[in-house]
Amino acid sequence: MTMKTVFRKTNGLTDKPTHYCPGCTHGVIHRLVGEVLEEMDILEDTIGVASVGCSVLSYEYFNCDMTQAAHGRAPAVATGIKRVLPDRFVFTYQGDGDLASIGISEVIHAAARGEKITVIFVNNAIYGMTGGQMAPTTLIGQKTATTPYGRTESVQGLPIRVSEMIATLDGAAYIERVSSHDVPHIMKAKKAIRKAFETQKKGLGFSMIEVLSTCPTNWGLAPHESLDWVKDNMIPAYPLGVFKNKEGGN
Amino acid sequence: MGKVLMKGNEVIAEAAVHAGCKYFFGYPITPQSELVAYMARRLPEVGGLFLQAESEIAAINMVYGAAGTGVRVMTSSSSPGFSLKQEGISYLVGSELPAVICNIVRGGPGLGNIQPAQSDYFQVTKGGGHGDYNIPVLAPASLQEIVELTQDAFDIADRYRTPVILMGDGMLGQMMEPVEFREREKAIIDEKEWATTGTRGDGGPRIITSLELDAESLEQRNWKLQKKFATIKENEVRYETYQVDDADYIMVAYGTVARITMNSINQARQKGVKVGLIRPISLWPFPEKPFIETRDQVKAFISVEMSAGQMIEDVRLAVNGHAPVDFFGRTGGVVPTQEEIYDKIMTVAGGVNV
Ligand SMILES: Cc1ncc(C[n+]2csc(CCOP(=O)(O)OP(=O)(O)O)c2C)c(N)n1
Ligand code: SF4
Repeated sequence: MTMKTVFRKTNGLTDKPTHYCPGCTHGVIHRLVGEVLEEMDILEDTIGVASVGCSVLSYEYFNCDMTQAAHGRAPAVATGIKRVLPDRFVFTYQGDGDLASIGISEVIHAAARGEKITVIFVNNAIYGMTGGQMAPTTLIGQKTATTPYGRTESVQGLPIRVSEMIATLDGAAYIERVSSHDVPHIMKAKKAIRKAFETQKKGLGFSMIEVLSTCPTNWGLAPHESLDWVKDNMIPAYPLGVFKNKEGGN
Repeated sequence: MGKVLMKGNEVIAEAAVHAGCKYFFGYPITPQSELVAYMARRLPEVGGLFLQAESEIAAINMVYGAAGTGVRVMTSSSSPGFSLKQEGISYLVGSELPAVICNIVRGGPGLGNIQPAQSDYFQVTKGGGHGDYNIPVLAPASLQEIVELTQDAFDIADRYRTPVILMGDGMLGQMMEPVEFREREKAIIDEKEWATTGTRGDGGPRIITSLELDAESLEQRNWKLQKKFATIKENEVRYETYQVDDADYIMVAYGTVARITMNSINQARQKGVKVGLIRPISLWPFPEKPFIETRDQVKAFISVEMSAGQMIEDVRLAVNGHAPVDFFGRTGGVVPTQEEIYDKIMTVAGGVNV
């Protein structure tokens, strides 16, 4: 009987075991990026930029050259790399605290300049690494370490819908929000990530894929409950879809 | 190429281009804006790239990204902007990336003013950002010296994989003098095996990072950095002395103030006061040797600064109690006059003020 390989580890990731909590979808999203880089055969031409947050060690997981950036500055670091090496692929991998709070300026301006980089934006509506504090993406009513009574509009203001905001910029070429809460959505997320790297390859401008993700540890939920929480609470606040497609079509 | 008349800020820019710098990320701030504008015009001519960042924080992080690819890259600012760059500078040190950062100092603290000052001395020489570190700081006193020190800055940066600060004050940035650019051999700028340029089949992935979660490992990394700082201390000290051999009094000054002080010294010498000058060119590493050689022979050292007294601490350490250390300074962007410094010399020398 001949055996057929139906599933294997992607060469886009190293053999290093990740440190993510059980049920955290950071690992799934890593895998999607790794698979896309491998399938497009661009691993050897890619430089990734790790950010600050739970994915701070992602430079040990992606099987390509990597640089670690200061909190929020990844799009600026990526700009420096891409401007020197315009024929390489450059991506950042950032959480919502990193990108939407301290690094909001860097991502907006990278998008406005139409930097030909790809941003993988992992939105779990909370600060994971520092112990579950409020993020700009934290939902109204959501309890976190720094919103113990739940986020309220009058005190903390309203969440930022980053994809919608970035899509208004002319330099943005491809912006899509996807989710990682079940298999069909994960497949869709992979397609979106591929589309973003293809956008970069074509030199169309800035591309960003926002991936709704889980943080069972800081949400205080079991892994399967976390997946439901994404579906039931996050997707209504952060609708999925393509917000910008410079090429048109989909 | 013969002599050309140029403005200080532009000399820094042109010298950087001569040193092989092709990438510049900057943000405007007086009194260094001409440097940014010069690069915007000049770099495309040499196949390089100038980019105006959205902030000093972004600029230094673009430098960080570009430096990681192994090219010669530079940014420039003035005091308030330089403060913002400290985050990135600490990361450059931690990740051992070469880059040149220019600080054309103006009056502070806060928004201060746009007049020449030296009040960032502590910030540039004592770390400035977080963590245990020092970075080389070069302080030219003339536009011709800028030409030499700018290339030195890039060479030191590459040789030791460290950011290097080129420090001037607003006066140096704004003055005009004839300068000559000479081609010099450069330290290795290619073949940076550590650079992240895509693996391209030439070995496993390379990582640039300053993160080291384990305390013992980070300590090891820090000791390694300290060893490098010690080597820089051994090899990269630069200074100039003027009339110190028979001096009873030695002035200590750097940058443009050193030039003014030199005139005051000449004036005092005419009155028979034996006074000389030690001019630190590298502010870190601070030159200790000329102090050790003279400190038992002189009656006093006088630190002259455009600050409320910052370098004086390094002077005191170098003198180490062997002689009194006096101070004359103006701050807030006031440039000391030749007369004022002369008066100070005469007061300290106990002479009649004529
Ligand atoms: C300048 C700076 N401020 C604060 C921190 C602390 N910090 C580390 S991770 C983090 C939040 C990251 O949250 P997010 O980007 O949402 O990523 P997650 O951990 O949820 O994946 C913060 C505030 C830091 N490292 N640097
Ligand atoms: S803290 Fe949250 S985001 Fe971080 S690894 Fe754990 S589950 Fe994932």
